Amino acid sequence: MKAEPQPVAATPRAQHKYIPATEAERAEMLRVVGVPSVEALFADIPAAVRLRAPLRLPPPLSDPEVMTALGALAAKNLHADAAACFLGAGAYDHYVPSVVWALAGRGEFLTAYTPYQAEMMQGELQAIYEYQSMLCELTAMDVANASMYDGASATAEAAVMARDLTRRDEVIVSTAVHPEYRQVLKTYTRPLGIQVVEVPHRHGRTDGETVVAHLSERTAAVIVQHPNFFGLLEDGRALVEIAHRRGALLICAVAEPLSLGLLTPPGIWGADIVAGEGQPLGNHLNFGGPYLGMMATRREYVRRIPGRLVGATVDVEGRRGFVLTLQTREQHIRREKATSNICTNEALLALAAGIYMAALGPQGLRKVAELNLYKAAYAREAIGALPGFRLAFDGPIFNEFVVRTPVPPEEVNQRLRREGILGGLPLGRYYPELADGWLVCVTEQRTRAQIDRLVAVLEGIR
Amino acid sequence: MKGRDFPVIFELSTPGRIGASYPEPDVPRRPLNALLPADQIRQVPPGLPEVSELDVVRHYTRLSHRNFSIDEGFYPLGSCTMKYNPKIHEDAARLPGFSRLHPYTMPEDAQGALELIWELEQALAEISGMDRVTFQPAAGAHGELTGILMIRAYFEARGERRTKVIVPDSAHGTNPATAAMAGYQVITVKSDARGNLDVQALREAMDSSVAAIMLTNPNTLGLFEEHIVEVEEIVHGRGGQMYLDGANFNAILGVTRPGDQGFDVMHMNLHKTFSTPHGGGGPGAGAVGVKAHLVPFLPVPVVEKEGDRFRLDYDRPQSIGKIRAFYGNFGNLIRAYAYIRSMGADGLRQVAETAVLNANYVLARLRDRFDLPYDRLCKHEFVLSGTRQKKQYGVTTRDMAKRLLDYGFHAPTIYFPLIVDEAIMIEPTETESKRTLDEFIEAMRAIDREAQENPQIVHDAPHTTPVRRLDEVRAARQPDLRWRGG
Repeated sequence: MKAEPQPVAATPRAQHKYIPATEAERAEMLRVVGVPSVEALFADIPAAVRLRAPLRLPPPLSDPEVMTALGALAAKNLHADAAACFLGAGAYDHYVPSVVWALAGRGEFLTAYTPYQAEMMQGELQAIYEYQSMLCELTAMDVANASMYDGASATAEAAVMARDLTRRDEVIVSTAVHPEYRQVLKTYTRPLGIQVVEVPHRHGRTDGETVVAHLSERTAAVIVQHPNFFGLLEDGRALVEIAHRRGALLICAVAEPLSLGLLTPPGIWGADIVAGEGQPLGNHLNFGGPYLGMMATRREYVRRIPGRLVGATVDVEGRRGFVLTLQTREQHIRREKATSNICTNEALLALAAGIYMAALGPQGLRKVAELNLYKAAYAREAIGALPGFRLAFDGPIFNEFVVRTPVPPEEVNQRLRREGILGGLPLGRYYPELADGWLVCVTEQRTRAQIDRLVAVLEGIR
Repeated sequence: MKGRDFPVIFELSTPGRIGASYPEPDVPRRPLNALLPADQIRQVPPGLPEVSELDVVRHYTRLSHRNFSIDEGFYPLGSCTMKYNPKIHEDAARLPGFSRLHPYTMPEDAQGALELIWELEQALAEISGMDRVTFQPAAGAHGELTGILMIRAYFEARGERRTKVIVPDSAHGTNPATAAMAGYQVITVKSDARGNLDVQALREAMDSSVAAIMLTNPNTLGLFEEHIVEVEEIVHGRGGQMYLDGANFNAILGVTRPGDQGFDVMHMNLHKTFSTPHGGGGPGAGAVGVKAHLVPFLPVPVVEKEGDRFRLDYDRPQSIGKIRAFYGNFGNLIRAYAYIRSMGADGLRQVAETAVLNANYVLARLRDRFDLPYDRLCKHEFVLSGTRQKKQYGVTTRDMAKRLLDYGFHAPTIYFPLIVDEAIMIEPTETESKRTLDEFIEAMRAIDREAQENPQIVHDAPHTTPVRRLDEVRAARQPDLRWRGG
């Protein structure tokens, strides 16, 4: 049979599985709208700025092709399951119990929006209220917000908060605070005219006398990190007293909140604001993000805290319920007079941190903190005893310590890499005086066998 | 009558229970006081709940049942772009090569991650018409701050002192808050009768002390700025910079590019337009694109490609510095990358076309029942006003929004933008079917009928949610922000 010649039809667009509208439905909807074509819906866009050619992007992929492409990229990375990871420095390889993401990853939490309609968002609101409560318990502070972007930006926002509370325009920050936190602090404070004064560490710790020498009537806050960037514990009580004596606040940055399962919390030794990184509480390494900015403070400063707060209240029948509250501090009401411009935060990670803290409880948190302490102490002692290697600083640590290496730390890392070990962080980039400094982290994830292997490889390096 | 309280997890606590297990140390256990000074050892354990693993699972599963999400139903929240979040994105983001990758892994061992960032940058530069893109900002508002700080650095490098930023009266609250955080004075410019930025008012406000204008386009009324070409001439004519709040980018994908409209900087809410899940209010990702003249001011590091290798470039003396530790919300970059690869150029254009068609369809079928402050073709969202219902039946927009919850829908955005009385802002997105839109339309029309015939039922809504209308005044006057027992 001879085929009739057919008119050449425009190739129909393939139906995409994320877009349910069929051609027939589009036609019906266009009729209701009263326009002849989809193009007519864009008639208000001046011709001069309309795109004339299709975007130059790679052709679309099917699902299996997407997974293949992403699997290939993921396979090029050396991750913490494939190599023994001794990197820390603000991002920590901790065990994440299966319950955390089995629950936080539920679609009801994952694909929800900010809980603006409280009555149908009680799950999210209550979970955040519980997280706020747990964070207060962990830090021994009075109030905590619903989350910030990360530890660095939370620290910067804490400095701005201290400026507003004290009406002073200078902050003192120890160089034993994470270098990236200090960089972010400078980025945030510079346009506001807040002066950042860096005080050098002394033997790896913030030195009270140096702080005293820099304190003045202009100082809004003294910012320290605990445990600090070198892994050492600061003398928080003494620093609080020094800051308060001149009317300044003490901001404690916490990059490793698991330490608080074991260490005296900042609220007990008198910190005014805690700005922390919550990644260690049930969140994966994720190549640096998303992470969880934590912020907690004293009751009397609640109206100056940035970000969202969830509060308990009652409904018309007297039942307990939860709502976003004290919103008059926030940008959508207060606009240019808001305490911060933060809007979207890290709610899901706060929820995950809540699940993590609930699962571990006080006993679990203590136990995992002790595992970190013992293993890091074991590694520190063994490496410190190696010829050519020496500990840069004395004093108590939690799970990180600085080693001075006989060959540049970058070379040490190359050697370890060949043995399937991810070595510590070379410090020279941030601390020129520590060009041979190497920041090693040992969490509960590292086995004695892995630590022994690390030590054995180091032994061969002179 | 007092109903039953749903327990908070602290109320499930029983001393001695635990919901996680850890091994005993395989290294020598030393006395704590040999490792820590006595005053550094926590004396009082944190008052966390003590619960079993099953307690945790049941509690959070039940909480999840008390939540509304895209996976459950329609979420027409204007300016928020609550589209479907593909499940494959979650699988991709959880590949151990991504989720278990340490940010300080040497670049030679993180080539896959850097390649993904670089490729996503190429794609977003093409889609936005910008020259380079940074992924460091963790959210849209964070991107705004990054963008405005780059503008600030640009003028400082030129030795120009500009002190003001112009923001339209319809803008998101983040815009003026951002300008203030960047040390600028905020100048508000009104909108005209058609919902555009008032060009005459802009002309009067624009002088050499203005660093930038922050525009949303399509704006928060869901309307394309018809005079965008003229606006660009006025702003650039006085040496100012054009900042685009990209919250509404979904409406114009593949149709028009902000870079071609004359914008110098824009942020892209990857969690909106590129379909990474909102997580109950984050994590987001606020990628920022800039034109060539602003590239020197990008936050460090920038990913550079050399041959077939990728590296992190920190050596950028004019950079604004860092806005966040590490490289941004990488987990969301994976999802946005997967989305763009799934859609391709034509798919992205279909996104915009369908989103705009859906919005205009819903508008066409609601316009006879609600006031319409700006009667034009809308883009991906539109704003109605509930003034008629308020005046005639004493039923407010808030009441109608709460009543929608009883019909099984999330409410639209309400009382925003601030320039519309009793505002109701509806954004259907492209992933909703005509059937869902029809059901929503019927619910909205039914509520209008109820407002007329039985206003009390609307006024007292919601009736079917886990809790009923909550006392927000009490929450603010007597703040209860943490559980204290009892």
